[in-house]
Parts: sequence; C-alpha cells; structure tokens
Amino acid sequence: MAARSEAAAPGIVAARTRSGPLFRARYLIPAIYIIAVLLPIYWLLNMSFKTTNEILGSFTLWPQTFTLENYEKIFTDPTWYMGYVNSITYVVINTVISVSVALPAAYAFSRYRFLGDKHLFFWLLTNRMAPPAVFALPFLQLYSAVGLFDTPWAVALAHTLFNIPLAVWILEGFMSGVPKELDETAYVDGYSFWRFFFRIFMPTIAAGIGVACFFCFMFSWVELLLAKTLTSVAAKPIAATMTRTASTSGYELGLLAAAGSLTLIPGAIVIYFVRNYIAKGFALGRV
Amino acid sequence: MNKVVNHKAWLFVLPVVLLVAFNAIIPLMTVVNFSVQETFGDNVFFWAGLRWFEDVLNSERFHASLFRQILFTFLVLVIEVPLGLVIALAMPRKGFWVSVCLVLMALPLLIPWNVVGAMWNIMALPDIGLLGRGINALGIDFNYTRQPISAWFTVVLMDVWHWTSLVVLLCYAGLVSIPDAYYQAAKIDGARPWAVFRYIQLPKLKYVLTIAILLRFMDSFMIYTEVVVLTGGGPGNSTTFLSIDLVKAALGQFDLGPAAAMSLIYFLIILLFSWLFYTLMMRNDAR
Repeated sequence: MAARSEAAAPGIVAARTRSGPLFRARYLIPAIYIIAVLLPIYWLLNMSFKTTNEILGSFTLWPQTFTLENYEKIFTDPTWYMGYVNSITYVVINTVISVSVALPAAYAFSRYRFLGDKHLFFWLLTNRMAPPAVFALPFLQLYSAVGLFDTPWAVALAHTLFNIPLAVWILEGFMSGVPKELDETAYVDGYSFWRFFFRIFMPTIAAGIGVACFFCFMFSWVELLLAKTLTSVAAKPIAATMTRTASTSGYELGLLAAAGSLTLIPGAIVIYFVRNYIAKGFALGRV
Repeated sequence: MNKVVNHKAWLFVLPVVLLVAFNAIIPLMTVVNFSVQETFGDNVFFWAGLRWFEDVLNSERFHASLFRQILFTFLVLVIEVPLGLVIALAMPRKGFWVSVCLVLMALPLLIPWNVVGAMWNIMALPDIGLLGRGINALGIDFNYTRQPISAWFTVVLMDVWHWTSLVVLLCYAGLVSIPDAYYQAAKIDGARPWAVFRYIQLPKLKYVLTIAILLRFMDSFMIYTEVVVLTGGGPGNSTTFLSIDLVKAALGQFDLGPAAAMSLIYFLIILLFSWLFYTLMMRNDAR
C-alpha cells in the first residue's frame, strides 16, 4: 500500500538522466500513436460538418462549405436525440447494478475461502466469454417472457451478463492489494462489518470502484447487438437509430458522421473523470 | 494472502450468482434445447440428437470461418499486446501530459462499435476516405470492398486502432504502481534496461497483462458489429468470422438447430482457450 502512495515512479530512463528534459526521444512513440488514433476521429468530425454533396462529390481535407445542418437535424428530431437518452439510461442503470452487486462478491472472493469459490470465480468469467451473437435470440425470448422487452431495464440487465464478471474481476484485484490488517484493525476498533465496509473499505478502494465503473460504462455503451435485439421503439439506443437511418433513407453520410461524433462525448466525459485513477496506477493484485 | 474459511461468504456472492444465472443459464438452456431438436416452424420440434453437432463439426463452412477467426485473433493479439506494452513503457510518468495522453488514447475505446465500423468504412473508402485515398496515392491498388487482402488489412488495422489503447491503459496503470525502490535497487545493481524490464516490470505487470490479453482474446474472438458494418463479412466470405457466420445462419436462414449447435461449439472453444490461458498465467500464483 505504501507503494501506491508514492506512485509517481519515474521510468528507468528518468532514473538515469539527472534532470529530465521536457521532451525525450521515446515520447515520439506515444505521440505518433495518438496522432494515428486521432486521424479517423478527425475524419469523422470533418465529414459531419460537410454537406452530403461535398462528401460524395469531392475529396477535401476540411469542410469547404461548413454546415451545422447535420447536428441541427439530430437535436430537433426526437427519434434522434431520444436515442442518446435511451442509451445513457440503460448504461447508467447497468453500471450501478453491476458495480453494487460486484462489490460484496469481490470482497468475499478476496477475503474468504468458501465452498466452490475457485469454480464459481471461473464460472463467472465464462459469462464474459459468451458471444452476444449466441445469446441474442434466447435473450429476446427471455425478456419478452418477463415483460421487459423494449425497456432500458432489459438492456441493462442483459449487459450485466458480461459486466458483472468483469467488475468482480477488477474489484477483486484491487481488494487483494489492500492488506487484511485494515479489516482486522477496524473490527478491533469496534466497527461493525457494514460500517467498516462503507466508511473505511470503500474509500480505500475508490480507485478500483472508479476503474470498474469505467469498464462497465465502456462495455455497455459500445455494445450494439444485444441492445438492438432487446429494443424496438421506446428504448431504442442511439447506435440502433444510426444503423436504421443508414439502411432506410439512403446513405446520409453527413448525418451518420454527426451522430457518430456525438457518441464520443459521454465517453470522453467518463475518461476525463477516471484518468487520475489510471495515472496513479494499479496492479490488480499485491504489489 | 491467507484467506479465512467462511462459508457465509456465499451470502455476499449470492446477488451476483442470481443475476448472472438468470442471464446465463436460462438462455444457455434455450440454446441447448434448440441444438438437439429439429423444427419445421409452428413451434413443433422433433428430437434430432447430436446430428447438428456432427453437421457443424464436419462442415467446410464452419472450418473456414473458424480458421479465419483464429488467424484474426492471432494477428490482433500479436500486434496489440507488444505495441500496447511499448507505448505504455514510452509514456511519460507524471505531469500534465499524462492526462492528455490517457484521455486521447482512451477515445477509441468508448465509441460504439457500429460507429467504429462506420468510421473505418468512411476512412478506408478508396475515393473519399483518407486512408483509402492515401494508400492508392502510394501506387498500391487498394479497395477493401473488392480485394480480400485489402479487407483483411482494413479490419486488422481497425481493431488495432480500436483496442491497442486498452492494453496501453492497463499496462500503464501497472507500470506506475511499481514502487520507486525497485528501480533504485536495479540501478545500484547496475541492471540494464532490458533486465529491468524482464525482471522488474514484466513480473509486476502479470495481473494487468492477464486481464488485457484475456479481454482482447475474448473480444476479438467474439467480434461482430465492427466487421459487419465495415465489410459485411465480404468480399465474398473473406472476413466472415464466427459470430458473423453464426448470425447469418441463425437469422438469415433460420436454421435454429445447426445455429444453436454452432453456438455451443463456439462457446466451448472460447472457454477452452480462456481456461488454458488463465491456468497458464496463474500457474505460479502464490495466492
């Protein structure tokens, strides 16, 4: 644990040079990678500000006739903007459910030995391996049968299939890095279990909760196959709205690009909030 | 860490088990049910035994898509894991630029998968895409809708663009968590950079690397949306991976029996690989 507090360990290169210069040759690698990452995103943004004529008629590196028409259409048409609302609704429900049930489970796995624990852990992981393509049809039948079809709850619950195992896995890693003496000291000090868990333990692994939330949000936000299968009109996610537009009303590339650009925003906000947890480091296990 | 034997820990795990079982066991049984029966519609089913399994295991089509799947996953892992590790090693360890790097690098991870497909579809178009136009300008004939090689190149490049950042984030978090004292000890011993990497950094990255590799293995083996949007499995069948083939069989031709049998075989293959990998990585684990 002491290790984590002095986390900003300089790399081996930094250890060799006395006072590090602002830019080292090795920084070229991440720099080039970031440029490569941004190029397709730039191309998407570029296209979203163009008119359909310009997209199809010519090859231009930036919009010649800058237009906000595509965005205007998305923000004024409820079938478009409701897609974002629906997606965010089920992603948030999913993240909350996944992380809150994973917390006690991860604690049990990291602290106790119980009947069938190892098998149970691996069984949970196997659900992360179930291809959504396999489960799409049975899920449709199951959620129709329980009357949740076309609600955000159906998608949120379906996504727990792969998010709970991941959340348990990540949280268990973080919790194993916390020495057990912490628990024991708290009990000696007269804390009840739940008071210890909420007041002491959860703040200690705040970074783990943040990272687990990030992963749950991410995998729920980007998944399309199940989200599309389990909804029709009322809870249709933005990603499904996009595929339908692409297929029915011709190929409106500008509109598609604008809708795609807008899907970047929630993700960017979430990364902004968890960046510090990643920057501080975690090893998912004992350091 | 010495764990206490406590069977009451099951109570902590129970919510997770119930939720995951609801999502996993009922649909899985549905699939098993379909896989051993024959239907001609109208919900009338006949016992078919293991016929579908034999059919699938002997079909050329399944072998071909399995081969493509394994090749794709292999390529993706061989490129993304070392690349991600190198980028993480080269990144700065503290300061303002860390946040910038992390936020920008994580962007591709949080784009819905169909948008990723659509982005690369636009990006690689030979006439209006930056990448397609660029490659053709180099004098190489590139058209991913017609040439299997170009299609493969685009699909692999898309996946590398999409997922290398996951490896970078996890490895970076692992690297930062290594205490400074380890580097100082290495410096006193006069260890060379390679030795530092091999005996300090790599062992400390064990858990994060296991998670990164397993996640990349599972997700690349289950890849569906991105490729469907980008190439639709074509040209011909050249980029028809297992999930795409499965959905074609289940929804396109409504061969529920064979599709269900194929699902189970598919799932078992992922399970087997993951189990092997998990056991190998955790073999020397003292926990």
